Amino acid sequence: MAQETSFLSAHPIYGQSARWLWIAPTAFFIFMLVLPTSQIIKHGVTLDGFFHVLSNPSVRKALWFTLWQSIASTALTVILALPATYVLSRFRFTGSRALHTLITVPFLLPTVVVGAAFLAFLPSSLHYTAIALIIAHAYFNLTVVVRIVGARWEQLHPGVEQVARTLGASPLVAFRTVTLPLLRTALTTSCAVIGLFAFTSYGIVRTIGGPSRSTIETEIYTRGVLIGDMPGALALSVLQMICLTTVLWWWAKRHPHKPIKALLNVERTTPSTSRQRVLVYGTALVTAVFVAAPLIALFWRSIERDAPGSSTFTFSGWSAVTSDVTLSSITTSIQFALCSTVIATVLGLCVALGVAYGSRRYIWLERISILPLTVSAVTIGLGILITFDTPPYDFRSSWIITPLAHSLVALPLVVRILLPVVQQIPTGLQSVASTLGASPLQTWLTVDRPLIARACGAAAAISFAISVGEFGATSFLTRRGSETLPVTIARLLSRPGDALRNQAYALCVVLVVVSVIAIFIVDLLRPNGKVN
Amino acid sequence: MKKYLVALGTLAILASGCSSSQTTSSTRSTDGPITLTLLAHDSFTPSPGIFDAFTAATGIAVEVVQGGDAGQLVTKAVLTSGNPEGDVLWGVDNTLLSRALEANVFSAYETPNTASMDAALLHDIPGHEVTPVDSGDVCINYDIAWFTSHNIAPPLTLDALTNKQYANLLVVPSALSSSPGLAFLMATIAEFGTDGWQSYWKSLRDNGVMVVDGWTQAYNTEFSGAAGKGDRPIVVSYSSSPPAEVIFADPPVDVAPTAVSSLTCFEQIEYAGILRGTQHEAEAKLLIDYLTDLTFQNDLPLTQFVFPARNGAILPDAFTKYALRPENPLRLEANVIATNRTSWLDEWSAIVLK
Repeated sequence: MAQETSFLSAHPIYGQSARWLWIAPTAFFIFMLVLPTSQIIKHGVTLDGFFHVLSNPSVRKALWFTLWQSIASTALTVILALPATYVLSRFRFTGSRALHTLITVPFLLPTVVVGAAFLAFLPSSLHYTAIALIIAHAYFNLTVVVRIVGARWEQLHPGVEQVARTLGASPLVAFRTVTLPLLRTALTTSCAVIGLFAFTSYGIVRTIGGPSRSTIETEIYTRGVLIGDMPGALALSVLQMICLTTVLWWWAKRHPHKPIKALLNVERTTPSTSRQRVLVYGTALVTAVFVAAPLIALFWRSIERDAPGSSTFTFSGWSAVTSDVTLSSITTSIQFALCSTVIATVLGLCVALGVAYGSRRYIWLERISILPLTVSAVTIGLGILITFDTPPYDFRSSWIITPLAHSLVALPLVVRILLPVVQQIPTGLQSVASTLGASPLQTWLTVDRPLIARACGAAAAISFAISVGEFGATSFLTRRGSETLPVTIARLLSRPGDALRNQAYALCVVLVVVSVIAIFIVDLLRPNGKVN
Repeated sequence: MKKYLVALGTLAILASGCSSSQTTSSTRSTDGPITLTLLAHDSFTPSPGIFDAFTAATGIAVEVVQGGDAGQLVTKAVLTSGNPEGDVLWGVDNTLLSRALEANVFSAYETPNTASMDAALLHDIPGHEVTPVDSGDVCINYDIAWFTSHNIAPPLTLDALTNKQYANLLVVPSALSSSPGLAFLMATIAEFGTDGWQSYWKSLRDNGVMVVDGWTQAYNTEFSGAAGKGDRPIVVSYSSSPPAEVIFADPPVDVAPTAVSSLTCFEQIEYAGILRGTQHEAEAKLLIDYLTDLTFQNDLPLTQFVFPARNGAILPDAFTKYALRPENPLRLEANVIATNRTSWLDEWSAIVLK
């Protein structure tokens, strides 16, 4: 059987054409990641810096805190996200698309803003504690599980689980013994991604964790930018890269990609029994409230005026939304997001197709594609600055650097969404088409493309979201022309005065609306996934 | 088929979006009149069209390029020293200045306008590496209504903040991550000396000081005097915060809801400088002249809430009425800051951030 072909050898039909796919992504990684990082390391890493920084007790405390909070954040995210993922990937119900979109929203809001809105919901005894930080990480990363695990879950035929039930297994046992093993690759992938995000998280740690809870990433920023101890900052940055890369390699060795025989996309069902309805709508409601509450707080703050003793309401902050400055920053944000969505999706597709269709030679592509998540934003931002500084390669303050940096941040996720889907397309179908006389291109267009298009939609939505809300790496890049929406919001919030704060929160609501519309459109573009 | 049309349409919009942003930015490289690049921090927000007068008089266009907060700006300038991203830099202050000077970031120039500036502003830059453009003060601000209704006198000195009656009332931005936070640490060092500030901060800590990440969080979230929902009536902010509360109030108010304790202020001076390695040094000098010209200086108070560096600049009514200019703000010598900043910050975080 064709499906038995080892996945480590080149694809029988596409193997030849896959040979060229590695070029574009490799060039991108070299220019945006390898060159800047090695330049900045060459510039400032000293052995002395290592000893100095490691003997600092606050750095050692940060190392330990980074480790345990990232594990706890990952665990909590998965626990909170699994019920919603199950409901969304198994059932078709009123509002399921809206819920899917809603869960993505926290991921794309600037952390400074959501941090403030989120704090309003926690009792003040939890402010600036590790617990608040971990809950916030879960809030931001829900969508990673819902999208990565959900994409896989949708492909599992419910019949598999039903067989186990018929044979007498309880729902829990059926889930544990049948569904869970099939989801394991997707689950470990999303755990790795969330773990990395939490490990290198910066904005949330600073707003919600408070200054006494520093992580390696905030220490790098503090040392490099605020104290001016560049050798110390770079030593930490190198340490973080080595640690994370080692863990990732170890993890990749233990969990080699074993494409599971594809169980094709199945139609989601409407909940039929009343127990199912309670389960589906109950889960959906709880998740929606958890995600929407801080967002409603944003709207509330855009109209609330504090008068002595009581609160009044005004929509005057909303007049700022139609000002020229705001409109141009909305346009800039959308343009950057569209550009980086295309770059990230195309490059991600190259990586996924190259790894899936090429031989084992290209497995390294998949491995290095996660590296952008291990390098601190400060390191990349400063590296770009000193790498592309000589004409005719003086790109450091050109507009294209911003969408390119956004793509770099989005690419690891895009690859992780696309690769499992591409690998799971059964070669049987392709062989049939090919035997019937179709050219490789025709085969790809009729067999693979419809199956991949859906995952591409999910990947594009995630990269759009990352680009619109990105405030980390790119806050380091010098901007020419108009500012992006997150920058405008941060600027408005950095001045005293009621009116400005109303305006800032009104813009936050605009940011939510723009992103919701964009993600909704992308989600609508996804085919419904019925395979005949 | 419809799906492809939608996808094609999206791609077309996208392509036009990408190319339009490209054309707007590539126009700058055309030959003809010189365009100077002014690097500034994100809080640099002068009135739109403020450089039109400069362009009309000299034929030189000015493009403002923003690159993060003041700390990021200086970090980048240090890394690119000698091969700068722009021609002139706006916004290095006296707490960060030493880092830029050590890295030889600037090309010295003495504008004739320094003749009408106070000697105190020029004290730290005998070599004229940079030019003072504005100043402000970081001070203790308090919520007037809270102290009236609780019948407690507001704290007037730094020392007072360690009294039991002010326990758990103060919120400060972290000295590690915020420029007013750093300035407040400098204020306590100037007040209690390089050997005394550590025990002062221990008393502050025991008296329940809350340290948050940045000014935005301290002032807008935890402080009770602004419209935030905070419950701490004492905060570290600027001497120009009360007039800002009045100017940005809607509906308009006559009385500022907050006030400043004048004996707690640390002076922050902002400088602009010509970046060493610029291709347009002569034109950059003209821009420094313009930044310290009264046309530009008069624009500063209401757009950036700072005091102009030039004597004779006009202060708006809201400023003269509500902003406080301390007579003798606390100061630290730039070279003292330069030698000790790193070790101070390490000591401070060991005491306060537990």
